[in-house]
Amino acid sequence: MWIYNPNTVSDTVKTVVEATKKQDTSWIMHHVLDSRELDFTPFGIVHLPELHLFGIDISITKHVVFMWLALVILVVTFLYVARTYRKSLVPRGVTNLTEVLIVFVRDEIVKPTIGKGYERFLPYLLTVFFFILTCNFLGLIPYGSTATSNIAVTATLAVISFIVIQAGGMMKNGVFGYLKGLVPHGIPIWLLPIMIPVELLGLFTKPFALAVRLFANMTAGHIVILSLLGLIFILHTYFVAPVSVSFTLFIFFLEILVALIQAYIFTMLSSLFIGMAVHQEH
Amino acid sequence: MNTIGYLLLLVFSEGGEKSGSPLDVNPGVILWTVVTFVLLLLILKKIAWKPILNSLSERENFIKDSLEKADKAQKDAEKLLAENKVNLSKAEEDAQKIIEQGRELAEKLKTQILEESKVQARKMILDATSEIERKNSEAFNTLKGQVADIAVNAVEKILRETLDKDKQVKLVNKYLDDLKN
Repeated sequence: MWIYNPNTVSDTVKTVVEATKKQDTSWIMHHVLDSRELDFTPFGIVHLPELHLFGIDISITKHVVFMWLALVILVVTFLYVARTYRKSLVPRGVTNLTEVLIVFVRDEIVKPTIGKGYERFLPYLLTVFFFILTCNFLGLIPYGSTATSNIAVTATLAVISFIVIQAGGMMKNGVFGYLKGLVPHGIPIWLLPIMIPVELLGLFTKPFALAVRLFANMTAGHIVILSLLGLIFILHTYFVAPVSVSFTLFIFFLEILVALIQAYIFTMLSSLFIGMAVHQEH
Repeated sequence: MNTIGYLLLLVFSEGGEKSGSPLDVNPGVILWTVVTFVLLLLILKKIAWKPILNSLSERENFIKDSLEKADKAQKDAEKLLAENKVNLSKAEEDAQKIIEQGRELAEKLKTQILEESKVQARKMILDATSEIERKNSEAFNTLKGQVADIAVNAVEKILRETLDKDKQVKLVNKYLDDLKN
């Protein structure tokens, strides 16, 4: 019979804490977190410039660089794609790929969730989708870094979504009409003191959930991959390598899926919230 | 208590000295995200979404139009085909009728020709018979004349031969004797 012994448990926990302290796990965080340098080991490290504006640190970081890379990739790709459409209406090559995604966003996400008047929000949602998708995939290439695994980036995107949602709702229903429409019709007056705070809170939890979901999903996969590979070095044996590598490969494929799904979900939910704000009667 | 303390220590202990938390928010990154995203939105809206979405809707309309046109063309073709079928069957009927008429006519013609030829043949036979008869009688008449001539000639010859002087004298004498008696 195993008898609960507080001392045993505390000993175990103590050992783990000691081990954690002794074993440096900062290399995982080093890969996941933002930094001031582009690490191209063994080819060298590029240090990024430090910038300050009005006392705020606006230094270029790794994630900023990868956002810019995403911007350049998207602009170049779509310049090319837009030009192929001018030549012929029949898509070919890269155009096929982008067209599938564009039509998917338009017909499967934006049209059903927003409905009438969806054209106004289409450029924003398409940009969000392709930006997040590109950032997610940039984290999967060697020496890449996932800008969307930075909470500051996802929170900013969520705030932009929040602004678009509110602006969309207010432009359609008027400022007061929109605020009045937040509380459902036909609610007893004595419930209003509860409903108003709940609905107001609901406005802010939506973008918060957007930000945390994207951030957590993009961070978690990388940590799992690095942890699985780290097993080889922690256990000090080659025999664990096949297991680690095969699991890593599996997680990597999962990451590809997650990269797509998270871009889809962020766009989908933004679109859904815009639709709810624009057509409040539903 | 010890256990809980150690657990808290485990939860909040940081692996490395310098590594921060993934939850740290860097204001610089926020600024750059806003700048990057807004820039991307503006650029893509101008260079990509407008022309691409326009082309897509243009193409969709084109495809819709083409499909409608094809549908209409098919309907027309079907109508034409049905018409053709009707025409064809009518033509076949006509042809059958014409053939029937032709056959009838041919039959009639045949019987008529046969009849005519029979009549003609009979007439020819009749003609031939009368001709033969006529020729026969003619030949008979000729023969009759010739036979008479030959007979007269023969009588004459006989007469001339029999009536020479002695015989005539004798004959006269005989007659005279008879007379005396």
